[in-house]
Amino acid sequence: MRDRFISTASALLDEDPRVAVVLADISAASFGAAAEAHPDRVVNVGIREQLLVSVTGGLALTGIRPIAHTFGSFLVERPFEQVKLDLGHQGVGAVLVSALGSYDWPAGGRTHMSPGDVALLDTLPGWTVHVPGHPDEAEVLLRDAAAGDGLVYVRLSAQSNAVARPVVPGRFLTVREGVPGGGGPVVVAVGPVLDDVLAATEGLDATVLYATTVRPFDAVTLRAALAGRGSADVVVVEPYLAGTSVPFVTEALSDRAHRVLGLGVSREEVRHYGTMAEHIAAHGLDARSLRQRITDWAPKTRR
Amino acid sequence: MTLTTENPVRDRHALRDSHDLDHLHGLMSLMTGAEKHGPAASSTLDALWVLYDRVLRVAPETAADQGRDRFLLSKGHGPMAYYAVLAAKGFLDPALLDTFGQYDSVLGHHPDRTLVPGVEIGSGSLGHGLPLGVGTALGLRAQGLLDPAVWVLIGDAELDEGSNHEAIAYAGAAGLDRLHTVVIDNQSATHGWYGGIASHFATAGWSTTTVDGRDHDALYAAFTAPHPGRPHAVVAVVEPKN
Repeated sequence: MRDRFISTASALLDEDPRVAVVLADISAASFGAAAEAHPDRVVNVGIREQLLVSVTGGLALTGIRPIAHTFGSFLVERPFEQVKLDLGHQGVGAVLVSALGSYDWPAGGRTHMSPGDVALLDTLPGWTVHVPGHPDEAEVLLRDAAAGDGLVYVRLSAQSNAVARPVVPGRFLTVREGVPGGGGPVVVAVGPVLDDVLAATEGLDATVLYATTVRPFDAVTLRAALAGRGSADVVVVEPYLAGTSVPFVTEALSDRAHRVLGLGVSREEVRHYGTMAEHIAAHGLDARSLRQRITDWAPKTRR
Repeated sequence: MTLTTENPVRDRHALRDSHDLDHLHGLMSLMTGAEKHGPAASSTLDALWVLYDRVLRVAPETAADQGRDRFLLSKGHGPMAYYAVLAAKGFLDPALLDTFGQYDSVLGHHPDRTLVPGVEIGSGSLGHGLPLGVGTALGLRAQGLLDPAVWVLIGDAELDEGSNHEAIAYAGAAGLDRLHTVVIDNQSATHGWYGGIASHFATAGWSTTTVDGRDHDALYAAFTAPHPGRPHAVVAVVEPKN
């Protein structure tokens, strides 16, 4: 997915004189050709992540559409005050594109994991958050982000679904319908967890919505999906901190009794190295664990 | 360095400046209720006035032009001197000054760029203006706007913030010669600056000048000194805060 970001952002530099890419060494070598073609619009500030975000804000103040990129830990968590003040408080827009996510490089350990990035951005107003589940979707969402003026976070991961879906920015996609009137839940699968969610709910009574834009949260599609259900049970499966989107489900359903289960990356550190698949399992996000957790919580799921 | 708060009459600007400063103190008193202001409240006043009166190419009618010079007040606390200068230069209605800090006022104890015409950044948290200035200089260059100057005012204690040092090192290496920094040095940094403030800029490749921050002609000369290929830092030394 990161490769697709690099090729797409490089193309955007060619296509749109308003676009600039801001880097802090990470992925800088891959932007070498783009930097040669656009020396003033590919800026590498070195290993200086506060400056990365502030420069992004300064570029935006002059009318540039900046795309800033590094690992999530260093893009959102480390310079969080710069995100809050040098982008949001200044009233300017920008596109932040992260890599590594919550568990992409487990051998790298905790320092290179950012499971709290979306939750942190949720403390700020006005952010659009895209979580593509496939490189093709990443390109669609990135192009949409670059064409706009607002604050957009694009969360890239090495975890990917087998095939791309025809995603529409801002909208959840219905990828599986439950039994009409059935008592099983609506499961919202965010980005790259979709394939595991589909495998986990295979043969169960569940509607599966696919979310690649999680902020703003598509309450309309969620409510429409629940309208055909015999329950008001919602499961959200996210590839970052468990429960991050639960308040948004609660808000969407504030006028009706409902139940919500928020599944995602656990708050506790997993002090192990190994592989991404091992960490996904450690967080209970592999298909087998998901099936168990969903059916335990919503027994009517079983047909 | 010997400092004096009295500026000798050196040229035609000096007499006018003394009237101007009286006027600015009068405007500041609308915000504070105090007729006289201590050095700390007005540590930035002389540098701000010389910039807005003699250096910056920006006026209320050009405040939205892409080709304007940008002034970024990074040291956002104690902005009375800044507001007074903006009012004196017509960016701000002087009648607004006595609303300072009130709920519906546009004038907070830290400035907000979305509320006050002519204010380029919202500041208050220290260490944001210079990095934003680096981005602004880069953004202008990327659009072929090689003429507008970018000025950032910071304080010597503000320099403690590490984010400034990311900006200083990068701007020097990148040769951002449209970027300028004024450091108001009232010796308020808790641990001081070993070797002097200017040396920290100079070793990063900046052009530097250290001047009496109350001497308008010296400030003007420092502000307008040529610095081809390099960003420029002016350390304006004023009375110690304490």
